[in-house]
Amino acid sequence: MLEVQGIHAAYGQVQALYGVSFTARPGEILCLLGRNGAGKTTTLKTIMGLLPLSEGSVSLEGEVLNLLSPHEVPKRGIGYIPQGRRLFPELSVAENIEIGLMTRGEGKDTRDWVLDLFPRLRERLGQAAGTLSGGEQQMLATARALCLRPKVLLLDEPTEGLQPSIIALIRDVVLKMKAEGIAIVLVEQRVETVMAIADQAVFIENGRNVDAMSAAELQADPGKLKAYLGV
Amino acid sequence: MEFGPHLMLAALEGAVTAAILALTAMGLSIVFGVMRVVNVAHGEFYMLGAVLAWWVATVLGTHPAIGFVAALIIAPALVGGIAMVADRLVLKRVAYDADRTIVATIGMLYIIQQTTLMTFGPDARPVEPPFNTRLALPWFEWGENGFAMFWPWGLSTTSYKLFVIAAAAVVLVALWLVITRTKAGLLMRATQQDSETAQAFGVPVGRVYSLVFGLGAGLAALGAVLVVPIQQAHYLMGHDPLLLSFIVVIIGGLGSLPGTVIAALLIGMSDGIISVFFSPTLAKIIATLLVALVLVFRPQGLMGRAQT
Ligand SMILES: Nc1ncnc2c1ncn2[C@@H]1O[C@H](COP(=O)(O)OP(=O)(O)OP(=O)(O)O)[C@@H](O)[C@H]1O
Ligand SMILES: [Mg+2]
Repeated sequence: MLEVQGIHAAYGQVQALYGVSFTARPGEILCLLGRNGAGKTTTLKTIMGLLPLSEGSVSLEGEVLNLLSPHEVPKRGIGYIPQGRRLFPELSVAENIEIGLMTRGEGKDTRDWVLDLFPRLRERLGQAAGTLSGGEQQMLATARALCLRPKVLLLDEPTEGLQPSIIALIRDVVLKMKAEGIAIVLVEQRVETVMAIADQAVFIENGRNVDAMSAAELQADPGKLKAYLGV
Repeated sequence: MEFGPHLMLAALEGAVTAAILALTAMGLSIVFGVMRVVNVAHGEFYMLGAVLAWWVATVLGTHPAIGFVAALIIAPALVGGIAMVADRLVLKRVAYDADRTIVATIGMLYIIQQTTLMTFGPDARPVEPPFNTRLALPWFEWGENGFAMFWPWGLSTTSYKLFVIAAAAVVLVALWLVITRTKAGLLMRATQQDSETAQAFGVPVGRVYSLVFGLGAGLAALGAVLVVPIQQAHYLMGHDPLLLSFIVVIIGGLGSLPGTVIAALLIGMSDGIISVFFSPTLAKIIATLLVALVLVFRPQGLMGRAQT
């Protein structure tokens, strides 16, 4: 269980978060929603320790993560799929996967498991990540995070700019990971996706929580979701 | 001496310069490539390598070979250690900010240089080479009597100079293998490409930076230990290597390892050849001109990629 409690964070002098809270439970998908600039990416970065938090706390299964060195956070089992994918562009597909495996000392079994989830990557192991197509890059970013055998998966707009078949593939993998009991935090802008897979939705605006809805509430009142997403 | 043998002699001198320069410039290039830090103190780490080599060789100098081998290991290790401490104490505290690290390394330059002046003194001091046999070199010519080999007077080198070239080549190949084939190298390359994402995958970026800064300084020190039996140790000797390393790194392409080696060969060889046939000053003028041309027509360097 990942608990985010009232976190405040800033980029240097520019404060971006003023109290974001939520709890992501194993085997559930939590959709983190908000307009552009609301602070969704900043929230995920702060969970990863990439941005220091000035107030509040982040804890996983009772362990306070924000007291750890940033590079220790992923070792506790948090897989991160950043916005814009952020692959190591000049490393090969195999080396990007190797980095993911090294995070928690995973081996060949895990490598085979992720490559079976994304067979297309197996054909491109020697290719530089930066030369992959957009869809393949998203597969690799997802594979790299799954190499941690994570307890929590943070996905930041994983379907941004992709064609429907790839979106469906990524969504399938996310649902499989949910079934494996991983706690999933998904930043997503597409109403249909949220309606289809969210177990709970948390809305943020200007770096604060403004609302939260369960799956049942989402189904009962789709208009509210559309209003928050500005569509 | 005729032109052919004379050119060969000049090329050998150039190859020694190029070998040392390749090691030194590689240190500067790695530090810039991975950490985006322009290390103005790089030449002082070189100087420190030479001075410590003298010190180690003097303290342990029962036999020149023992003193030299000890210096070859101890001096680069000590200089690397000093650089790692400097990274923790200084560069980390200015958060590796591009402008502030330039000012900070200028500070390191003066601290290292003046401390050396106060302790080691202003004199140049020699280190004896471990071996230094003079080797005459043959020359081949197609004359009236067909293909002939002869030994032109004055065409010779020393076993030590050939050792310097070979040692530099071995170290560069080893370095390349470490960077491309080992886990440590993979972590370095990942950090170089995206340090934030590397951290999000458990890479201890701070430790990688310290090691890289130590490695860069250690390479400069190693170049200096190799050169000190030819050139002597002196507290101001870091100036030229710094300038030439910058020239090499700019021509080769910032952060590109093959580019750095190629540019070091180009600059080292032309420096040797032009110095022998014309003058060392002309060699420096031409190298600087080359930098200007590269900056105007190919700012990313010979092997560098355009910044995106
Ligand atoms: N590196 C940065 N330096 C300074 N301010 C930043 C930085 N990154 C983001 N911000 C600011 O922090 C706020 C939140 O940004 P964030 O990227 O978290 O938004 P987001 O909800 O992910 O938006 P989007 O939907 O566009 O991805 C914005 O006001 C943004 O301008
Ligand atoms: Mg974002």
